[in-house]
Amino acid sequence: MRRISLTFLPLLILAAGLVVGAGAATEKTTISLVAYSTPKDAYAKIIPKFQGTAAGKDVSFNQSYGASGDQARAVAAGLDADIVALSLAPDVATLVKKGIVPGNWNENRFHGMVTNSVVVFVVRDGNPKKIRTWGDLARKGVEVVTPNPFTSGGARWNVMAAYGAQRAQGKTDKQAIDYLKRLFKNVPVLPKSAREATQVFASGKGDVLLTYENEAIYANKKGVHTEYVLPKQTILIENPVAVTKDGLKHSEVKAFEKFLWSSKAQKLFADTGYRPVLKSVASSPKYRFKKPKSLFTINSRSLGLRGWKSVQYRFFDHSNGIMVKVIGR
Amino acid sequence: MAASSAAAVSRPGAAAGRAGGALARGVAICYLSLIVLVPLAALVWSSRADGMGTFWDEVTKAQAMSALKLTLVSALLVAAFNAVTGTAIAWVLVRDSFRGKGIVNAVIDLPFALPTIVAGLVLLELYGPNSPLGVDVAFKRAGLIMALLFVTLPFVVRAVQPVLIELDRDMEEAAESLGAGRLATFRRIVFPNLLPAVLSGVALAFARAVGEFGAVVLISGNVPFETEVSSVYISGQIESDNPTGAAAVSVVLLVISLGVLLAIGAFRHWRTRHDR
Repeated sequence: MRRISLTFLPLLILAAGLVVGAGAATEKTTISLVAYSTPKDAYAKIIPKFQGTAAGKDVSFNQSYGASGDQARAVAAGLDADIVALSLAPDVATLVKKGIVPGNWNENRFHGMVTNSVVVFVVRDGNPKKIRTWGDLARKGVEVVTPNPFTSGGARWNVMAAYGAQRAQGKTDKQAIDYLKRLFKNVPVLPKSAREATQVFASGKGDVLLTYENEAIYANKKGVHTEYVLPKQTILIENPVAVTKDGLKHSEVKAFEKFLWSSKAQKLFADTGYRPVLKSVASSPKYRFKKPKSLFTINSRSLGLRGWKSVQYRFFDHSNGIMVKVIGR
Repeated sequence: MAASSAAAVSRPGAAAGRAGGALARGVAICYLSLIVLVPLAALVWSSRADGMGTFWDEVTKAQAMSALKLTLVSALLVAAFNAVTGTAIAWVLVRDSFRGKGIVNAVIDLPFALPTIVAGLVLLELYGPNSPLGVDVAFKRAGLIMALLFVTLPFVVRAVQPVLIELDRDMEEAAESLGAGRLATFRRIVFPNLLPAVLSGVALAFARAVGEFGAVVLISGNVPFETEVSSVYISGQIESDNPTGAAAVSVVLLVISLGVLLAIGAFRHWRTRHDR
């Protein structure tokens, strides 16, 4: 008898666990948020605020953070996700192609974008090499650190900022591509990701780091002195958020997405260095960001930027993309 | 090894032993299939998903070839270097006694315990542009080798150490009493006994160096045609939405590694036979 009861003990425990688990699940909705790493600290503040609202009461969260491309691939391969927050739209497109995110995900007032930022130059203290313009980056003797755009989707913003900045100064397509070649001659290291590029720069390598304004602002807020230059021409980085088809089944997920565009959440994003997408927050003096002379987007057709799909193919195709030649020398 | 298992079969109760052997074999095969063979087969399968033509194109891309060459050459170099230093460290740990030996012995395994990306970060701090030691090898091939040496250190040491402990000192004493010098004793008595262990350690170190990613990705610089190794190239192909290319290069890497491992195994087999 004793032996039998011992044999069944684990089974009983398991069954009890399941019952308890099921009971808990019916009481609370759990939202699975799959995001890229940078906004982690913003979400750590936004989620409790959402849980404080009527819609967010009794909602708990499963959060996963990692490199944007890795996260998109994980969700594409079956990682549970109700809502995804990624660093660039092509990563959402991967999920649309897989049928995980509906094709109309960006059909809202904000075109699916929840935060903005711009590409800036982080320089050494006191800017000893006097780096102010894109032209300075291609100068002889200047070392530029930027992640490899083939291993880091987010680094593609840097490349398109460099290209677009040339076009915004009236250069032709060919001249802009020549500029990319000169720029990448000054890139001695190609870190795998933005995080690693930051570490390489911190280790003492290079004179300037191409990165996002929000990263530089946040580093300063956390007490890491970071001097940066906002170039006269730069690209508007737009970070998408999308609810998956699974997520659409629960009203709480839609409510959370909507909350991300509320002034409360947008202010919290702004606190961590992002440019808010909500006009009312962006125009308040506390969250006003410096405006570069020329700010373009990935869809600035007059500068030869025809959206991610065309840019991905033309610049970043693994066999024939322009950047294969630029980086391969 | 072969002799001891033959002895086991001829013992009484061999039938039960045989049944147990079959069961063990079944379990081993199932386990190996699940953990190793099936994933490898899937990898090979996905590498030729777009046809053999694409497979060949992916593998012969100049950048892929260059990364492959760098990976294999540095892995061989690191494995060879480890053969010497690993044996020396094992020797010191077994034959010498000094204060703090226990600690040194424990430290050997640390490269295994440390997440490799942390190892990369530490190496970058120590041997990078701001090196407190004045040594800057970061973003050069030397940095790559340094990172690989760090993560492969334990293999040869841990393979040689137990053999050295078990090694019969009488043989060495006999050789010395017969007039052999210390060098001759090492060359003719100790070394042949250690060689199989050294070679298994070398094989493991080589395999690890071929696949290493975390430790090298920071310090190597990843510049195509200069410091980009295959694991980093492969991760780039995945990020660029080219899983077939990534799988193709991985398969070539695996096939070449298998060849090298088989060659090391064959050499080891030949040497042990030869000595008997």
